[in-house]
Amino acid sequence: MRVLAAMSGGVDSAVAAARAVAAGHDVTGVHLALARNPQTYRTGARGCCTLEDSRDARRAADVIGIPFYVWDMADRFHEDVVDDFVAEYAAGRTPNPCLRCNEKIKFAAVLDRAVALGFDAVVTGHHARLGPDGLLRRSVDMAKDQSYVLAVLTREQLDRSMFPLGDSTKAQVRAEAAERGLAVADKPDSHDICFIADGDTRGFLAGRLGEAPGDVVDASTGAVVGSHTGAYAYTVGQRRGLHLDRPAPDGRPRYVLSITPKTNTVTVGPAEALEVSRVRATRPVWTGGPRPATPVECEVQLRAHGDVVPATVDLDGDTLHAELRRPVRGVAAGQAVVAYRPDPAGDIVLGSATITG
Amino acid sequence: MLDEALEAYVATAREVGNASSLHAAGRRARRRVEESRERVAAVLGARPSEVIFTGGGTESDNLAVKGIFWARRGNGPDRRRVISSAVEHHAVLDSVDWLVEHESAEVGWLPVDAAGRLDPDDLRAELTAHADRVAVVTAMWANNEVGTVQPVAELAAVAAEHGVPFHTDAVQAVGQVPVDFAASGAAALTVTGHKLGGPTGVGALLLGRDVAAVPLLHGGGQERDVRSGTLDTAGIVAFAVAVETAVKGQQEYAARVAALRDDLIERVRRAVPEVVYNGDPTDRLPGNAHFSFPGCEGDALLLLLDAQGIACSTGSACSAGVAQPSHVLLAMGADDDRARSSLRFTLGHTSSQADVDALVAALPAAVERARRAAAPRTPRLTPHPPTPRPPPVPGPLRRTPSIMKLLPRRSACRADNFMIDGVAPGGPTGWCAG
Repeated sequence: MRVLAAMSGGVDSAVAAARAVAAGHDVTGVHLALARNPQTYRTGARGCCTLEDSRDARRAADVIGIPFYVWDMADRFHEDVVDDFVAEYAAGRTPNPCLRCNEKIKFAAVLDRAVALGFDAVVTGHHARLGPDGLLRRSVDMAKDQSYVLAVLTREQLDRSMFPLGDSTKAQVRAEAAERGLAVADKPDSHDICFIADGDTRGFLAGRLGEAPGDVVDASTGAVVGSHTGAYAYTVGQRRGLHLDRPAPDGRPRYVLSITPKTNTVTVGPAEALEVSRVRATRPVWTGGPRPATPVECEVQLRAHGDVVPATVDLDGDTLHAELRRPVRGVAAGQAVVAYRPDPAGDIVLGSATITG
Repeated sequence: MLDEALEAYVATAREVGNASSLHAAGRRARRRVEESRERVAAVLGARPSEVIFTGGGTESDNLAVKGIFWARRGNGPDRRRVISSAVEHHAVLDSVDWLVEHESAEVGWLPVDAAGRLDPDDLRAELTAHADRVAVVTAMWANNEVGTVQPVAELAAVAAEHGVPFHTDAVQAVGQVPVDFAASGAAALTVTGHKLGGPTGVGALLLGRDVAAVPLLHGGGQERDVRSGTLDTAGIVAFAVAVETAVKGQQEYAARVAALRDDLIERVRRAVPEVVYNGDPTDRLPGNAHFSFPGCEGDALLLLLDAQGIACSTGSACSAGVAQPSHVLLAMGADDDRARSSLRFTLGHTSSQADVDALVAALPAAVERARRAAAPRTPRLTPHPPTPRPPPVPGPLRRTPSIMKLLPRRSACRADNFMIDGVAPGGPTGWCAG
């Protein structure tokens, strides 16, 4: 097959490209330039988006022996991921930009362009399994599993995707990179949002949305217990950085329960008030195939690397309801609920939807 | 690299000797350098003392633009205006920009017409308007992207009427078209090795005997005190061989390559009727063919042709490797889409009829495919709505005075900045990869 390898400059995508070559495919490497100013998304090689990453990707392609190009996806990325990220926070939700990037950029804009140019598939270094049965499964390396951020992909997108790393642990990938002579073998993992320098999400949002002072209200008393400079800077479940004026009457720590953009209010309360047993979500995508017969007994995951909870998932039109077997804390609107079917050969992704409440 | 140049390089590199040393080995090296200087001077219509060896075209351009600016301003503080054109190579453009940003220079950008050609009357008007304040005029001999050859002698004559030194970047011209420094009337001329079969990293600035330039590099005082640094004897010798070979063979080379190029143009036009041929139809470099392919993205075409062993260029790329819309085409009045749809095919010494045949055979399918890749497709694999593209950068009007309008170059790389200092990370972390 003619395969386009999306190469971030990190170790995973480099090994994925090398494996695609080893599997006999005709591979072309592409680095996606996502930053409008590549020198400023990151000030050092952190996994994507810097000049150093672009160079690392190019060097990996040299070593693997494949053609290499840089594709300018900066405008698309800015509109579909960065602007969306800001708008979601402004609306009181907590977006997942990596998931959005997969949905809109890597497996949409890039894949579409690749197919139009005569490629059969896109190969990436995501840690997830996609076997001949077409089902998306968790990686064997649970600590690195990325099936959560791939669960937005449709059958059609998955049919043109290859994830050669799903059967390997990160340690195995690094060892293989070293064996193959890839200089990125011991490059540190990326951990933060690639377009936010220093990982300062709050500062980034403040720069985009400006200051908008408002009240912090305690849910149990209705009393104003503090102030904030922008409700967008808070995430459901957050405890640190609340700077409350006075301790709660019960003397226990307070967490963000909800954000109300309309009144610019951040509501806080005790930990148990965070507990949620029912989750409502919209825009369901059935990753593994057609819409399953509902209600379906499965497991759900409500944020990246979050706990996995048994649940019953049901559909009401375009709305998905998940009835959780045990309550979960810190469920934020804007994140994805991903449904898995436990399987000895790797838990299978059934689908996902965006949490609304 | 030409065989003759490579052999001369290797033979010289085996010898020991610093050309600035006084002992026998040093004198031998110096003799090689001076012989090379004479060879370069002889074929380019300069005096030997006018040949300043440098580290290549970029250095020569920087030395000419900044060095002459500094020297002229040193003799008259009001002389801080630079006149240049919007289609220059970045070595000139960015030197001029640097002078504006750091040396309070002002700049007059000369426009080009739709073929990328400068009009000497525009230069005359600029010089008349700013008579005593102009430090230096710089305009290239031939354009590296669209191949248009400028009326250099006329431009130099206009500059001479006003007593202003005229520099020309002739990197693309030497060996391709006749170049005679003295006959051109230029005060300074840039030439470099790798464009004519010599080594990379060696070039020269031809600098008139009576033209002062403040050095960029200070040190041992080599090269008329204008360019310090131990002389790269082997590189200089190879460079001189290459210059001599290229200039002596220029006529024959140009005739052969231009015939191939004309055949290429004719057949590309037949194979892809909607193609737009860019640049001056007659006054152009013999090996240059430059087209816009409406509805295609140049980098997609490049990828498709590259896969078939056909090398072409989209123009320049930013430091991350992203293809940029050509500032030359934008200055010629092309819009952003047309600039991005353009490709340059360069023919040279090794090009053959078979190469042209291969290109013409591969092109129609590649164009068709690139067009599909660029067009919004329905149905897409994915249900996302088409993202509205930002409005195109408005094409520059003729005589647009502002550099920002003329040169939206690198705008994609300079437009935004997300650097935010601070701590206290919040929000989701940890999954981006691929």
